[in-house]
Amino acid sequence: MISESIIPLFVAIPLAGAFLIALFKRLKGFPDTLGVLATAGTFTLTILFFLKMEVGQRIVFNVGNWGGFQEVLGRIVGIQLVMDGLTVFMLIIINLVAFLVALYSINYMTKYTAKWQFFSLFLLMVAGMNGVLITGDLFNLFVFVEIASIASYALVAFGTEKRELEASFKYAVMGGVASLLILLGIIFLYSSTGTLNMADMAQAVAGSQRPAIMYMVFGLFLAGFGLKAAIVPFHAWLPDAHPSAPAPISAMLSGVLIKALGVYSIARVFYTIFGAPTEVRIILMTLGAISMGVGALVALRQWDMKRLLAYSSISQVGYIMLGLGIGTPLGIMGALFHLFNHSMFKSLLFLDSGAVEYATGTRNMKEMGGLSKKLPFTGGSTLAGAMSLAGIPPFAGFWSKLIIIIAAVQANHMKLAAWAVLMSIVTIAYILKVTRFAFLGTVRESFANIKEVPVLMRISLVVLALICIFGGLILIPDIRDSLLSPAVRVLSGMGGV
Amino acid sequence: MNAYLPYLLCLILFCIGIYAVLSKKNIIKIILGVVIAEYAVNLFLVLVAYKAEGRAAIFSDTQVILPETMVDPLPHALVLTSIVIGLATTAFLIALAIRLYGKYGTFDITRMRELRG
Repeated sequence: MISESIIPLFVAIPLAGAFLIALFKRLKGFPDTLGVLATAGTFTLTILFFLKMEVGQRIVFNVGNWGGFQEVLGRIVGIQLVMDGLTVFMLIIINLVAFLVALYSINYMTKYTAKWQFFSLFLLMVAGMNGVLITGDLFNLFVFVEIASIASYALVAFGTEKRELEASFKYAVMGGVASLLILLGIIFLYSSTGTLNMADMAQAVAGSQRPAIMYMVFGLFLAGFGLKAAIVPFHAWLPDAHPSAPAPISAMLSGVLIKALGVYSIARVFYTIFGAPTEVRIILMTLGAISMGVGALVALRQWDMKRLLAYSSISQVGYIMLGLGIGTPLGIMGALFHLFNHSMFKSLLFLDSGAVEYATGTRNMKEMGGLSKKLPFTGGSTLAGAMSLAGIPPFAGFWSKLIIIIAAVQANHMKLAAWAVLMSIVTIAYILKVTRFAFLGTVRESFANIKEVPVLMRISLVVLALICIFGGLILIPDIRDSLLSPAVRVLSGMGGV
Repeated sequence: MNAYLPYLLCLILFCIGIYAVLSKKNIIKIILGVVIAEYAVNLFLVLVAYKAEGRAAIFSDTQVILPETMVDPLPHALVLTSIVIGLATTAFLIALAIRLYGKYGTFDITRMRELRG
């Protein structure tokens, strides 16, 4: 048994870290240390929850001790923080990536001047994302989405060059509009159900004939969270914003931010509140299929390494949406597993692109070549990430794509399954471009003296690469039943909320 | 008709904001568009809680106030949060606009073309 009063620490630790860093910015080495310690702390807590929580258990914490009113009034008053299978699963992903990225940033960020600002904003973003995951209250979710978003707007502009500022402006305006749509949806939902608690809402919405206003709410949430998740008609900001940020932040944005704010929120809102309505699932499947295609095909003609990876993110989120849209337990499992894998390999690839930039000073693949010989760790880990992204067995990415495709076939969506297979071939094509042009071939003379990146950066790369190689082991029944299945059960409506 | 008029005006305000975001070229006007749309949403949030002849949700010892006559206080609390979030977004956007002006010497978004493809 584990005490529910630990739950707020997931937000409190990074939040406190962010303010302490701003306070003691002049102490040498303090921002880095605290950044790493705070993320390590939340990651440890996540593991604690993962080990101690029983399967199917749901732990609720009443903020401000409003819980007593529930018995008197017969309804939930105040904000609840909820911990269930899906939350733990997502927390593991986010805090693991955040910890490794913090470790990596210690060396990488030395080339920027204001390191403390970076770590402060970084921890704010982590606090926001953790908050989105643990909250059980819809308006509270919106607030945490905004905390994470605003921190990420600032982080995209961190370089303060023309390119970064422009990308950040685009991202901030689109993100701002998305937030408005989400808020509007929440208002409609509140006015028709009279509650903000997600579990309460689910009961209020279920059963009776669905009022017409709900379709308006669906549209608003799809557009709002779709913008945060960068599904295709709403993707325009991502290929600018993600490459413009410093590499560790690109890894955070592509690896976990679009998933916590976009995919997770879509799953929570549509699957736990509305019980996965058919119309929404069809839209998710269609948009997922379009995202897959557009992302992969545009990625083919990119020469900027980070821009290619950003388009690849759009394509891979398409796979996750397809799996969610299929809606069978197998499809959802595929989607969540692919979400896990994508977080790992996409963070790894962005960190690798950062390592290449750190060593050579360029992101243009036309100028690279033969880097594997000079940067063995970077080259090796890129290869692991690339193989996982391309879906080569036995790398982790293969298994998740396989599950999604099998689920599509089982649910009788043959065309979608064929499309997913076709797009994974295109995926192989564009990721081979990275390994071929950047890491294989002959070394350029100008790069004759480059050195491998520092040790701390290597640790992050190697850990993520190992996860990419052995991630498929999650499917072993014992691990699956304790990690993946509880999360699937929450979304597919068996137990959980 | 009269009962719906405030909602309709609220919708029009929102549309003006979105129109400004989509069609204006000056980044200051785009920011104003975001702000207008945001105010429309905040206004709508307050309107949802509106009740004709409603009272503040406070019980009193000296007079009888029935819970049925009270307005819903929750949206008022929410709108405060929403305004603060809006303030942060606006402040950030304006800071960006200043930096962009410093780099390009113009507020015209069509002349900022570093990013393509």
